Amino acid sequence: MAITTTKSAFWKGFRDSAPFVFMASPFGFLFGVLAAEAGLIVPEAFAFSLAVFAGAAQFTALQLMQENAPLIIILLSALAVNLRMAMYSASLTPYLGDAPMWQRAIAAYFIVDQSYALSIVQFEQEPKMPLAQRMAYFFGTNGLIAPTWVTATALGALVGTRIPESWGVDFVLPLAFLAMIGPMLRTPAHVVACFVAVAAALPASALPYNLGLIVAGIAGMIAGAQAELWLERQKTKQEHGK
Amino acid sequence: MNSIPPHLLWTVIAGLTLGSFALRFGFIGFMGGKPIPDWLMRHLRYTAVAIIPALVAPLVVWPAPTGGDPSLMHFAAGAVTLAAGYLTRNVLIGLGTGGLCLLLLYLAA
Repeated sequence: MAITTTKSAFWKGFRDSAPFVFMASPFGFLFGVLAAEAGLIVPEAFAFSLAVFAGAAQFTALQLMQENAPLIIILLSALAVNLRMAMYSASLTPYLGDAPMWQRAIAAYFIVDQSYALSIVQFEQEPKMPLAQRMAYFFGTNGLIAPTWVTATALGALVGTRIPESWGVDFVLPLAFLAMIGPMLRTPAHVVACFVAVAAALPASALPYNLGLIVAGIAGMIAGAQAELWLERQKTKQEHGK
Repeated sequence: MNSIPPHLLWTVIAGLTLGSFALRFGFIGFMGGKPIPDWLMRHLRYTAVAIIPALVAPLVVWPAPTGGDPSLMHFAAGAVTLAAGYLTRNVLIGLGTGGLCLLLLYLAA
């Protein structure tokens, strides 16, 4: 279905994002529950989700705050998890970079995995889409997801304060991280990055101030980048060999 | 249980808000049409998939519920979660399967 107006572009984005609500609501809810378990009150959990608006980074900060990690390590680690947002921002620039500054500033806040993934597919499929419609589509993809994420967090925090500590939900956060890793392992290079990071993290956890996390994260990142280069070289060699 | 001091919490929220916005706004706001160098893109691709496993590995090997003693039950539940998430490419199915596995092992033990 071709998009004809700015308004219909917004609603197309809105509809396309609907399936992601089934992901955002339980995950936002879980963040709220775990935040409450960590001692956050409902307004704190709500403000956290509203201001930061980045699931994986919020879970990372929550875990490290509970480990009494130093402030700088908490910030560095959670922002490192969010570095992919810079990649999304760069990749959206050819499509949205000519919009007025105020629109770009608001759009930047709304760059998340879902809005990026949906928008980049839409923009590549319809290269002739006018700028205003692209922007409307991008905002549409967040029309449902953003309110869902924030509301679900508040509800989760509300419920979380009523869950007795004896239920032992303290292993749910590690399981949530593990569940996030699975879908990230898209290529052999991602698998290399993951396993090098794990192999480095175990001995490095002996380092003070949770520095091991940063060391292992950098090791995994470099390993992933090198693996990608190596795999590309192998591919070129094979093609030349034919 | 209130282990996180409020001033730390609010500093973290403020720092992450500013930092995340800077990461999101950096290119779309200032770089215009300038392409981002390949080597940088290549490293950005692997940060999340390195940091999250590095964070979780010690939590699985030395789990908090046992006070840090290695536990087969928690390791198994962790492995099942990762495997289910990988095979179905779905975070929620991974978490649900792993959580159920932990509950069953807990009841069986």
